[in-house]
Amino acid sequence: MLSIEHLTKMFGGLAAVNDVSVHFEAHKINAIIGPNGAGKSTFFNLVSGMHQPTSGKILFDGVDITTMRCDHVAKLGVGRTFQTTNLFEQATVLDNLIVGHRLRTRSGLWDVLINSRRLQAEEKECREKAREALDFVGLSHVENQFIADITQEERKRVAFALALATEPKIVLLDEPAAGVNPEETEGLAELMKKMVKTGLTVCLIEHKMDMIMGIADKIMVLDHGEKIAEGTPEQVKSNPVVIEAYLGSDEDAAA
Amino acid sequence: MLYKLGTLFLRPGTKYVLLALAIVFPLIAKNEYQVYVMATAFIWAIAVYGLNIITGYCGQLNLAHGGFFAIGSYALGLLTADYGWNFWPAFLAAILLSAFLGFLVGAVSLRLKEHYFAIFTLCVGFIIYLLLDKWEELTHGPIGVRDIAAPHGFGLVDFTDTTPFYYLVLVFLVLAIWFIGRLSRSLMGRTFIAIRNGDELAESLGINLMRNKVLAFILSTTYAGLAGALYAGMIRFIGPEEANINHTFDIITYLLVGGIGTISGPLVGTLGIVWITQSLQFLEEYRMIIFGPLLVVLVIFFPRGLVGSFLTWMHRKSQELGPAKKRKASKVTPSATREAENNA
Repeated sequence: MLSIEHLTKMFGGLAAVNDVSVHFEAHKINAIIGPNGAGKSTFFNLVSGMHQPTSGKILFDGVDITTMRCDHVAKLGVGRTFQTTNLFEQATVLDNLIVGHRLRTRSGLWDVLINSRRLQAEEKECREKAREALDFVGLSHVENQFIADITQEERKRVAFALALATEPKIVLLDEPAAGVNPEETEGLAELMKKMVKTGLTVCLIEHKMDMIMGIADKIMVLDHGEKIAEGTPEQVKSNPVVIEAYLGSDEDAAA
Repeated sequence: MLYKLGTLFLRPGTKYVLLALAIVFPLIAKNEYQVYVMATAFIWAIAVYGLNIITGYCGQLNLAHGGFFAIGSYALGLLTADYGWNFWPAFLAAILLSAFLGFLVGAVSLRLKEHYFAIFTLCVGFIIYLLLDKWEELTHGPIGVRDIAAPHGFGLVDFTDTTPFYYLVLVFLVLAIWFIGRLSRSLMGRTFIAIRNGDELAESLGINLMRNKVLAFILSTTYAGLAGALYAGMIRFIGPEEANINHTFDIITYLLVGGIGTISGPLVGTLGIVWITQSLQFLEEYRMIIFGPLLVVLVIFFPRGLVGSFLTWMHRKSQELGPAKKRKASKVTPSATREAENNA
């Protein structure tokens, strides 16, 4: 699904991501963990095309996306969420989601000017897609509320829905459970399992170990930009290098 | 009660009432001067709508807007006064030139983000001013352009009169608002709003940032050029001061007061401030003592302007009333329902 070969990203003299090779399989939940500053978010930025890697190769479904621009990568089927999602606060949840499907539509300025049939059809399609995504994440009941009026957990779900509206094959979730309580974290974990069941591939960055160990099929551990371990939750948990570098040395991060 | 009053404004018919008012305005105005002020306000409103596209919807603070307004004015002025063009071809050329220069400036300046973009466009605006002021062979420098042609009326109307010109401006204003209305509700408008929310998120949704930003910029300079050309056609004498940064800040003020990123905001803000300014004319420069604090209060308490704050308030109210109504409806007896229907 997603193959990374010797990926390196230098910021000046600092290697934010250093020679990372990894393979993420389709229809699995893949997790990336590591202490703060380990290069996890940079890794996502490289895969999604937001940053260009210094060297290495990224293959998505066999297509080389190493130097592709972000919007092209998204069109190929890479959806993503951010640690914080800036949405239009004074607009309804549904209104915010409609644009999610824009990348699958082709209407231009001329269509707007004459209100073409294509534009009308595409707008309807986008609206349906937004409703569908909203229904999938279980938020149909807040459809008409302003973003400003919904809870933190609902915001997280809206961010998921926005990524899902782009019809991705893989979703990169950057700390999806940050800032929500344990009960809600459980709910989000269920949602991720549901995504995988419907044929998606999930790749997430997370600090909440309980959740990761519970749902991940595969974990990659980054530290100082380098991959120090990968494997199933059991393998990672018992790996002495991981314990040394991460779990053992930083109790806060483990909490 | 207030809410019910508010729903009146949100009715689809409201815009026709407003249009009817605008059409009869010259008949009910006390004197020609008022019609003239209104026509000027409409022209500024068109420019404000332009800024609303790039800054309100797309979120890029463009400080060269007044400059593009001046480009529209000068293109029309110079083509008719110096090169003997008729008004309408010159008018079209002025709009196309504003769009084309918008493309050139946009393609370069939109590589920058946020404050850097604002600072860059501030400089562009100043460069436009300097060119108009110093390039005397082309622009006559500080003397300005005289003898600008009035719109050709094809023997039917005389646009040198204030009232016919007022209607001409009104037609363009209606067209401008009509297009913005359509744009803002369309997928393209939503694309612009997604960019305003954040470059990174928009990009990750597969939106081509550069293409959409440049398009929004071109649309906004086209509006500025249109407004500028109308202005030149009405005033018929222009100088480099048209490109003064103060004009840009006036336009921004109108937009902020009315409601940035809303459809009716630019109109409300422009008309409101222009008429308040007119009625405070006797205070001369001291009217800023009233305007300054008013603006500060507005930005603090109504960050989305008058229209934006009103819409937010209305939405909250309808959300509060919505569930309450449903709860009541499920409990009341049939007779009570009938009563309620009668009351309605």
